[in-house]
Amino acid sequence: MSATLPVSQTTPDTALPAARRDILPLLLVPALALAVLPFISLPTWVTLTVAGLAMGMMIFIMASGLTLVFGLMSVLNFGHGAFVSVGAFSATMVLLPMRGWLEADSLPANLGVLGLAVLVAMLVTAVLGWAFERVVIMPVYGQHLKQILVTMGGMIVSEQLINVIWGADQIALPLPASLRGAIFLGDAAIEKYRLLAVVVGLAVFAAMFLTLNRTRIGLLIRAGVENGEMVEALGYRVRRLFVGVFAAGSALAGLGGVMWGLYKETLVASMGSEIMVMVFIVVIIGGLGSIEGCFIGALLMALLHNYAGFLAPKLNLVSNIVLMIAILMWRPAGLYSKGKL
Amino acid sequence: MPEPILTLSGVHTHIGQYHILQGVDLVVPRGGLTVLLGRNGAGKTTTLRTIMGLWKASHGSILFDGRDITRMSTPDIARAGIAYVPESMAVFSELTVRENLYLAARSGPLDGARVDWICGFFPALKKFWHYPAGNLSGGQKQMVAIARAIVEPRKLLLVDEPTKGLAPAIVQSLMMAFRELKDTSTTILLVEQNFNFVKSLGDSVGVMDDGRINHSGAMRDLAHDEALQQRLLGLSLDSHQ
Repeated sequence: MSATLPVSQTTPDTALPAARRDILPLLLVPALALAVLPFISLPTWVTLTVAGLAMGMMIFIMASGLTLVFGLMSVLNFGHGAFVSVGAFSATMVLLPMRGWLEADSLPANLGVLGLAVLVAMLVTAVLGWAFERVVIMPVYGQHLKQILVTMGGMIVSEQLINVIWGADQIALPLPASLRGAIFLGDAAIEKYRLLAVVVGLAVFAAMFLTLNRTRIGLLIRAGVENGEMVEALGYRVRRLFVGVFAAGSALAGLGGVMWGLYKETLVASMGSEIMVMVFIVVIIGGLGSIEGCFIGALLMALLHNYAGFLAPKLNLVSNIVLMIAILMWRPAGLYSKGKL
Repeated sequence: MPEPILTLSGVHTHIGQYHILQGVDLVVPRGGLTVLLGRNGAGKTTTLRTIMGLWKASHGSILFDGRDITRMSTPDIARAGIAYVPESMAVFSELTVRENLYLAARSGPLDGARVDWICGFFPALKKFWHYPAGNLSGGQKQMVAIARAIVEPRKLLLVDEPTKGLAPAIVQSLMMAFRELKDTSTTILLVEQNFNFVKSLGDSVGVMDDGRINHSGAMRDLAHDEALQQRLLGLSLDSHQ
């Protein structure tokens, strides 16, 4: 019994093929995009679609951390928005002093300083998330009502601390020089920053998907949610795992905060709490704990928001709620139920 | 008699206000199969969970392979070389059979030859290798649970009522598996109520009642002494013979 094989290669000859994936929710995204095409000119449709995808990716990045914490640890973290705000404000510690690099007409310099700002934001929010879990969440595990109260309290305190540290005024956060403006595909204008948001969103999704499905730590997270005691009996420390998940989820919110701040080009302390309504809707329609559902839900919501804003601006006000009702009537547990990817 | 691999001395366990184990003394010899018998509520499952650290002993000591594991955490106990198959099986239903086994293989990738060896007595695992474990039948889940515990060599295997609710054909597969495991020098502590299943498998036996061991000795002595069986296991035997 000495030969070892990677688990992906250990496939007995007589194994039945793997169970088929449920791709129906995934088809909703192209179906929605194609459904509105007859009503919009092609260049406008391309612009709206890319803008919707970019917005969806940013919401996904912010929501992905929450759905992991929500679904996997059964923690109702109403303070998640605080990590969005803190992430965005932390980035200013790099972006504002290095404004020269942002204004330079050099893509590597622009991306370099942006990458450094993102790293700082994710580090700060990860540490804050770790402390938040230890101090605020840990005493109320398994007590949902108390979780809502203490995490909302935590968010209020965080917003006030932002005002204390960075001041109560809005902070302007201009885009790096290379990411301003648009590129043209025929008559369709596509903003450069939105393309970057799409690329980053896809990268985050791919990384999370692969981590949860193809790595031991991802399998441990999914197994730990179902039966943490059994995971411990296999020799793994579940508590450490979940603290790590909480910190990672907070770091993702920080990343989302930086991207959202650059998208809006203005930072206010309440930006996190303001975006949380959309984030919660995405988490709910995606299915609690499902990264894939969160991804599809964010894209659907953002695309519908953009299309409705163009075709029927008054309907835009209720598009998110209509989408949530429609999806929950179709699948009451969300697009994908807990833990499925 | 072989040296003991596990020794419980005066172990008490409280769960909330209930005093479940009331001074358990048990010696599990190295390399054999020890059976823990007893009626429902006697404390058998609590004994296994206390050994595993899932419930902490309030008094007494548990020595495993020369180390005091009484106060150790569950992951540390598992890493010391004890594998556990709970009564509920506790397979990870959203993970495939392969992924369930992969998680249990802490030291790295799955050992292909060992997987083949396990699939030799649990062929269904091959067939459903890529299927979520939650989609399997009760017997197949039990196979996954046991396979998970033995996917890497462990010093001691704790198994809680593996035959409960299973079809006779699957019980036969389990019996074959335990016989093979005995040949690999794995020590097994098996909780069971089905005396017919264990009487030809066991080397030693402990009989529990009211949170204490009230008989321990060689299985062959109990298997050949119907009066003793009747006295120790009366109600249990009535339901299984």
